[in-house]
Amino acid sequence: MEKALVIDVGKCTGCRQCELACSYEHTGEFNPARSRITVFDFHEKARFVPYTCTQCDQAWCMQVCPVGAITNENGVKVVNAATCVGCKVCTIACPFGTINYEPATGKVIKCDLCGGDPACARACPTEAIVFTDVSVQGFEKMRAWAEKTDTAPQATA
Amino acid sequence: MAWARRILRVNLTEGTCKEEPLNMDWAMQYLGQRGLATKYLVEEIDPKVDPLSPDNKLIMTTGPLTGTNAATAARYSVVTKSPLTNCVACSNSGGYFGAELKNAGWDMIIFEGRAPKPVYLVVNDDEAELHDASEIWGQSVWFADDWIKEKHQEPMFQIAAIGVPGETGVLYSAVVNNKHRAAGRSGVGTVMGSKNLKAVAVRGTRGIEVNDPEAFEKAVAAAKAVIAENAVTSQALPTYGTQVLMNVINEIGALPTRNARDVQFEGANDISGEAMHEPRRSDGKPNLARNGACFGCTIACGRISQIDPTHFSVKDKPQYHHASGGVEYENAWALGADTGVNDLEALTYCNYRCNEHALDPITTGSTIAAAMELYETGAMTKEDTGGIEMKFGSAEALVAAVDAICEGTDFGKLLGLGSKRLCEKFGHPEFSMTVKGQEFPAYDPRGIQGMGLTYATSNRGACHLRSYTVASEVLGIPEKTDPLSTDGKAGLVKVFQDLTAFVDSSGLCIFTTFAWSAEDIAPMIDAACEGDWSVEKLMEVGERIWNMERKFNLDAGLTAADDTLPRRILKEAARTGPAKGLVNGLDKMLPEYYELRGWTPDGVPTGETLSRLGLS
Repeated sequence: MEKALVIDVGKCTGCRQCELACSYEHTGEFNPARSRITVFDFHEKARFVPYTCTQCDQAWCMQVCPVGAITNENGVKVVNAATCVGCKVCTIACPFGTINYEPATGKVIKCDLCGGDPACARACPTEAIVFTDVSVQGFEKMRAWAEKTDTAPQATA
Repeated sequence: MAWARRILRVNLTEGTCKEEPLNMDWAMQYLGQRGLATKYLVEEIDPKVDPLSPDNKLIMTTGPLTGTNAATAARYSVVTKSPLTNCVACSNSGGYFGAELKNAGWDMIIFEGRAPKPVYLVVNDDEAELHDASEIWGQSVWFADDWIKEKHQEPMFQIAAIGVPGETGVLYSAVVNNKHRAAGRSGVGTVMGSKNLKAVAVRGTRGIEVNDPEAFEKAVAAAKAVIAENAVTSQALPTYGTQVLMNVINEIGALPTRNARDVQFEGANDISGEAMHEPRRSDGKPNLARNGACFGCTIACGRISQIDPTHFSVKDKPQYHHASGGVEYENAWALGADTGVNDLEALTYCNYRCNEHALDPITTGSTIAAAMELYETGAMTKEDTGGIEMKFGSAEALVAAVDAICEGTDFGKLLGLGSKRLCEKFGHPEFSMTVKGQEFPAYDPRGIQGMGLTYATSNRGACHLRSYTVASEVLGIPEKTDPLSTDGKAGLVKVFQDLTAFVDSSGLCIFTTFAWSAEDIAPMIDAACEGDWSVEKLMEVGERIWNMERKFNLDAGLTAADDTLPRRILKEAARTGPAKGLVNGLDKMLPEYYELRGWTPDGVPTGETLSRLGLS
């Protein structure tokens, strides 16, 4: 089963535990600036939005990389740091801004789903981020809407 | 490790920013944040210094856990000598500012002197620089926040700032970060304003490591599980915020009402946490937009509200139609029950204004309540109020009074004195519900006896956050005691004071102690920091901090005579509720408290006590 991160912004409280978990997993330090997931605080709209790579099938970043540093590992687009030359072309190609250059290492960084057990999803206290079957990402939304469907008996002619 | 081990010293007079190493000997004795910054303060300033003179210092400080993934490790504090109380001041705030400062690689920033003209500080990791603030001086916190981000093209800045009241000497200005999180009490923002310092903007990308990562992760995970399983921290606080208390405290007859003339408010339910969820008649939307967390917090008690756009307070003011920080319990009480106003939307507007202009909402509301009593008894007239009819229960008067403080009108300047100086000026000092010049918060010491001792002995003037015995007396945490009895409260207050002092020095939020005991907290500090940090050692650190603060206040000129309560609380019995007929029994608790503290009957730490704590 292919799995993906599913984000429900309605459940996010903006605690940024996902950023802490991500940076700790990848760098051994607590440093949101080096996290592969970022929570945006739209304070005046009362909304927190965690945002990260959705692992596009036809990944722009992967296709434009001139040195082939980004590879597809069972659906996950992974940056091979040893090959990456820090040219940043992928950061221009990505329509979502979720692959970024990291000054500390001179390489680009993006979500790699932590090899199959994403630290952000584990750390999220409200289940705003869950790691689940990619083919039924909309299941909970469907169910919520389905529940609102009027099932009262219809009058017959 | 855990500590950044670096201090940024900013001399505003000379315009210099210098790095110096953190004194690790002191860190081992005072931990961080409240304890460690206060140690620096007492070593560096004369206790008798005029708080608003350039000789006072102001310290923004993080704890060793700030910025780590320990639940609630968001906290930072502002430490200085208070212009409201003349005591030591330490005001604590969450949001995202503290973690950013720590991530920039600084344990604290010490501000000294006074800038010749208004400035703001920008910290970008190692780089620190003062900038001309002339374009944001005279503007609000919200304006300054947007302006600085725009000016420097840095949307990732976390910013702490003051508003106009802090610039113009209102004695209870806060320092507000992230537009709605406040280091709220004791006028720390007023000191900032006296230094011509408008704001501090920080961007940090250096990262934080801990001493023993494996042990730390284990301790953090265990502690998070405790929060997730506790009914207060996993259900009550996220759903209702601290506002879960409004109806509870009203029912037990400890909700100071109309300047503490009463202990129960008939309109409590209208301004409660439950009411914030109710759809409004006007637009069908609830006041509460959602709950929000500070950095790293797995509780998320924060209230984010949206005012009814048709409400009289904002009808013609679209700049307040967006969401922002909603009322927490203390704010709803001070602006609401204490003024007799049961209009939730008006309270929310006033709360926005307190955030926009960095005012302490507790002192703001309580001072307005005192003014209402002065007005109703005829001591204050419309000539003094600029025509405002300052009657208890009037939402219009409340809104106009808060606007007056923000705008600095003549009446606003009067209110800006705080209730103690205001009531003295109008010949009725007994109308001021203060201890050491600071207004007490939302728990009436007639209905919760331990809070009387808490207020009387708090080192920063009346305050609930120095020993929250409400936890035991009302909520039964860690065990239930009788709120109407003074028995055992001296010991309870001492334990809560020492516990709180070390928690406030760690980077963690005191609200965790609804769920966590010291045994849950110590392993996280022990794993993150060098040295051995057992529960016993941390409680001793707390006791050391408490006595250090006490000694500073005594050296500043305070005496045991200041460890008292307003006459009303000691002489006028509660008129309704479970506490009917009771006053606060401070005289039954205070001597025992002094004795337990190892202080003389005059409230002075003995030589033996100071020596035991390494404070001689």
